[in-house]
Amino acid sequence: MDDRRLRSLIPETLSALIGRGADFASAEDAVQEALVQALDTWPDTPPRDPKAWLIRTAWHRFLDASRSEQARRRREASAWTQPPPMPISETDDSLKLYFLCAHPSLTQSSAVALTLRAVGGLTTEQIAEAYMVPASTMGQRISRAKQRISGLRLTSPGDLSTVLRVFYLIFNEGYSGEVDLATEAIRLTEQLAHRNSHPEVLGLLALMLLTDARRPARTDSDGRLIPLAEQDRGRWKHHQIALGVEVLQRALARDRLGEFQAQAAIAALHADAQSTQETDWQQILHWYDELVSLTENPLARLNRAIALGHAQDPTSGLAELSSLDPSLPRHTAAAAYLHELNGEPTIAADLYSQAAQEATSLPERHHLIRQAARLSAQDCH
Amino acid sequence: MKYIMLKHYRGAPDPRNNVPMDQWTPEEVDAHVKYMNDFADRLRETGEFVDSQALSPQGEWVSHSGQGKPPITDGPFPETKDLVAGFMIIDVQDHQRAVELAGELSAAPGADGQPIHEWLELRPFLNQKAETVEAIHEALQTGSSAQ
Repeated sequence: MDDRRLRSLIPETLSALIGRGADFASAEDAVQEALVQALDTWPDTPPRDPKAWLIRTAWHRFLDASRSEQARRRREASAWTQPPPMPISETDDSLKLYFLCAHPSLTQSSAVALTLRAVGGLTTEQIAEAYMVPASTMGQRISRAKQRISGLRLTSPGDLSTVLRVFYLIFNEGYSGEVDLATEAIRLTEQLAHRNSHPEVLGLLALMLLTDARRPARTDSDGRLIPLAEQDRGRWKHHQIALGVEVLQRALARDRLGEFQAQAAIAALHADAQSTQETDWQQILHWYDELVSLTENPLARLNRAIALGHAQDPTSGLAELSSLDPSLPRHTAAAAYLHELNGEPTIAADLYSQAAQEATSLPERHHLIRQAARLSAQDCH
Repeated sequence: MKYIMLKHYRGAPDPRNNVPMDQWTPEEVDAHVKYMNDFADRLRETGEFVDSQALSPQGEWVSHSGQGKPPITDGPFPETKDLVAGFMIIDVQDHQRAVELAGELSAAPGADGQPIHEWLELRPFLNQKAETVEAIHEALQTGSSAQ
C-alpha cells in the first residue's frame, strides 16, 4: 500500500470515529497518530484489511487519549472502556467531513489548512512548509479551526461550491519544497469525485488535470515563466490532457454547465492546439461568453477581452477592456498585451513596465519587466 | 497573504505622542515592551504570526567594488537617512486585516502611558510563486510571441 492509497482512507476513518461518538478535534488527532503508526509498521507487517486496521488503531488512540485526559481531570473513565456503540458503518458519511473542513465560518486560510490535514492527511509541518509560515503558527491555525467547527453537527451536507473553492485555492498554491500542493489538490478532487460526481466536481478535476499537464513547460529551470506560445508542447503531459478532456466530456454530457466546466473547456482548447496560431479563438470566445454569464467575477470579463482581441481584432479587445474597472488585477497587463497585438510596441512597453509595478508575485513581476525590456530593445533597432 | 510592518527610528511621519523613548519613565518603557510582546503572542495564537525582529540603529552601506577587490563600505549612516527599527511579518486573510493589525500595533503606549500613534510602514510581500490557474495569466503568457 502506498502513501497515496493510505491517505485516501483518511476521510472514512475520521468519519467512522466521529460516527462512534468521538469529537472532531480528538478524532482528527487520533487519525494522525494512527497514520504515523501505519507508515512505521505497514512496510514490515501489512494488514489484511487496511481500512479496518486504520479505524481500529485510530479508535484505540482516541480511547487512550480520552482516558488519560479523563484521568487527568479525575473523571469517571468507564464510559470509554465500553465497546464501540456502533459497528463500522459501510455507508459513507465521510463526504460531510469535506463540508465541515471547508465550512463558511472558517477563514479561507484556515479552511485550506484544516482540509489538508484532516482530509488530506498532511502533517502540520508539511502544511507550514508549503505556506512558508512557522510550524507553531500553522499548528495554532489548525487547532483554532478545529475548535471553531467542533460545535457544528455533521448532519446535513453543506454547499459543494465552498469545498471546490478550497480545493481550487490549494491547487493554485502550486508546489514548493517537498510538498506538491497541485498534485495534492488533484488527489483530493479525485477522491471527492468518487463520492460525489456533481458535474462541477468533474469540471474542477478536469481544469486541474489540464492546467497541471502543462506545468513542465510553464517555467524554465531558473523559474522563469514561459509564455504559452513559446512553451515546448512536447513537454506537456499528454496522457493527462487526454484524461482531463475525458473527465470534462463526462461533466458536459450531464448538461449542467458551471464555472469550472467552462474554465476547463477553455483550458482544453488551449491544450488541444498544436500551436498558438492554430488555437481556436472563436471557440474560446464562446466559452468566455458562457463563463461571463455564469459568474460575477469581473476577471472573467477581463479574460474575455483578451480572447476577443484574438477572435476579432485587438481594437475590439481594447474597447471591451476600457469598459472594465481599471483597478482590476492585471488590467494594465491585459492592456499592454492587446496594444502589442495591435502593433503598438512603445505603448505596450510602457504599460508592461507599469503592470510590473502592480504584480503580486515575483515570477510575474520579472516576466512583465522582461516583456517591457524586449519591446524597448526592439524599438531601438 | 503576507505583510511586513516596518517600524522606523527615523524617516516616518511624526507620531501624535512624539516623546522619544529615552525620555520615558522606566515603567512606561516596560509597559511598551509588554504591549509589543502581548501583541505578538496574540498573533501566535490566532495563527497569523510569522516573524518579528528588532534592528540595531548601527550599520553601514556596503557595495561590490570590482572583481578580486574587497567590498567597499560607507558608514556610519548620515542623520538624514531613513532608519528601520524593526519589523513584524504577518500572514493574514486580507488587506483589511493587515491594516487592522498595524493600527493595533501603532497604539502601543509611550509617554504618559498614552498610545504613540506611531506611523508604521505596511507592505505586502510579492508571492514567491505565480498563481497556477487564473485564466488571465494563461492568456497573458501568450504575450511575447504575439506579433
